[in-house]
Amino acid sequence: MDFINGLITFLNFVAVPATAYGAQLALGALGVTLVYGILRFSNFAHGDTMAFGTMATILATWGLQSLGVSLGPLPTALLALPAGILATVLLVLATDRIVYRFYRRQRVVPVILVIVSMGVMFVYNGLTRFIIGPDDRSFDDGTRFLMSAGDFRRWTGLEEGLAIRSSQAITLVTAIVVVAVLFWFLNRTRTGKSMRAFSDNEDLALLSGISPERVVAITWIIVAALATVAGVLYGLDKSFMPFTYFQLLLPIFAAAIVGGLGSPLGAIAGGFIIAYSEVMITYAWKKVLGYWLPESLAPSNLVQLLSTDYKFAVSFAILVIVLLFRPTGLFRGKSV
Amino acid sequence: MIVINDVHKHFGGFHAVDGATLSIEKGSITGLIGPNGAGKSTLFNVIAGVLPPTSGRVSMDGQDITGLPPHALFHKGLLRTFQIAHEFSSMTVRENLMMVPPRQSGETLWNTWFRRKAIRAEEAELADKADDVLEFLTIDHLADERAGNLSGGQKKLLELGRTMMVEAKIVFLDEVGAGVNRTLLNTIGDAIQRLNRERGYTFVVIEHDMEFIGRLCDPVICMAEGKVLAQGTLDEIKSNEDVIEAYLGTGLKNKEMA
Repeated sequence: MDFINGLITFLNFVAVPATAYGAQLALGALGVTLVYGILRFSNFAHGDTMAFGTMATILATWGLQSLGVSLGPLPTALLALPAGILATVLLVLATDRIVYRFYRRQRVVPVILVIVSMGVMFVYNGLTRFIIGPDDRSFDDGTRFLMSAGDFRRWTGLEEGLAIRSSQAITLVTAIVVVAVLFWFLNRTRTGKSMRAFSDNEDLALLSGISPERVVAITWIIVAALATVAGVLYGLDKSFMPFTYFQLLLPIFAAAIVGGLGSPLGAIAGGFIIAYSEVMITYAWKKVLGYWLPESLAPSNLVQLLSTDYKFAVSFAILVIVLLFRPTGLFRGKSV
Repeated sequence: MIVINDVHKHFGGFHAVDGATLSIEKGSITGLIGPNGAGKSTLFNVIAGVLPPTSGRVSMDGQDITGLPPHALFHKGLLRTFQIAHEFSSMTVRENLMMVPPRQSGETLWNTWFRRKAIRAEEAELADKADDVLEFLTIDHLADERAGNLSGGQKKLLELGRTMMVEAKIVFLDEVGAGVNRTLLNTIGDAIQRLNRERGYTFVVIEHDMEFIGRLCDPVICMAEGKVLAQGTLDEIKSNEDVIEAYLGTGLKNKEMA
């Protein structure tokens, strides 16, 4: 019984939150990896693209709420999501037209595009704060729990409870659907294959019937959609604050690089690796170990390897280790 | 068909192509030879729109095509292959070929979702066409192989196959024979000749293998130090004083010329 209680505690405080967080990171990292694979630069503006998309979705949510529209138990934000995606698509396409295309025509080296994307990042960042402000905002309506800890205890009679928040369940379901559609698209459709061809060998793609501007535009549309979905899911799960999204850039890049930049499968694996590492290293294991170990070995301190304040150090450390020992990442993406 | 008029390409102080002037006749298989560093590949890259020329003019059927990007030239029927074979390594050989034809209806996001049936019919047609091409090139058994796993010579055949997926007018082959064994080279040579005769493709071939050049090409153009030295049949070229000096003068006592 102790073992099961320990397991439930582990699921409740580690596995469930890490899985939801991992799915959010994976969606973010997919966007980064697509830009890297096809446009060939690391897009530092990705975190703020997510912030902009979430902001647009929040504004649309408020609009719907003021009209009295709701999805019942589900958050209204899901209904507002298409509007948020549309706004973000327009923003990134406009950015590409005004900013990136100029540099692409100059055939600049990737590092210049990276710097350019930092400039874009600051602009997006300012834009988002200008419109919605820098404050923390919660936009999660609908039922809060799919299963609360109290319910779980009552049903099972166990000491420990397992809570699953609706936002976590929504995150996982949405992520699975989005990833399935994305992979079908990349592997089965002509448009997706053109994108892969472009990523495989740009020179050759230019000498085929592939229109580079179209591939670029479609890539941006998909990236904007992924960023908005990732941002909204993260915002529903936690809360929305522009600065937090900027900070997400580190774990997202770590996820994309761990998996192998340019590899969509790698981005997903990387997202979960980073999320689990971060949660497991900053979790206080006292309770779980108290259940699992014999009484004589039960720890007296918290058994927390790192304070949660330092959670970004985890991504950073993993990033450094991967770059040192396997720079192409787990799934052999393009080398960095 | 293609007229190259006083084309220069400088890299800093180095004049890779230094005033090349030549013309390529429609329906010919023109060989382009010359010692290493003669500027053949650079000239190819200028014609194919990979590198903008420093000065000079390239025209095709009387139209100025100087500096047009590669995909624009592709749409005009000007295709090229690479010295080191390029392929979409993560896709199968058949998929590689199916990527080639332009303006497929599956290329827009809208059609991808809402015109599935039309796309499927079109793709089936393309797959058949790709299989025909593979059969022509005698590599039909490799259709489902990942292109990255092919041998160097097979990749060259695949490159040639790409030109057959569309109605090409002129094809530039950059060292098709490099690193290819004799048997495969003969297959490539046969394919070039058949395409030239049956489909009216014009070819320009950079090649170091003189036997291959001699079998296929007329006329042959010899370049050295970024300029055109001589033009004629291979025998005429071989007996040309300037050409002999260019080959021997660079210190490359070239066995091929003997």
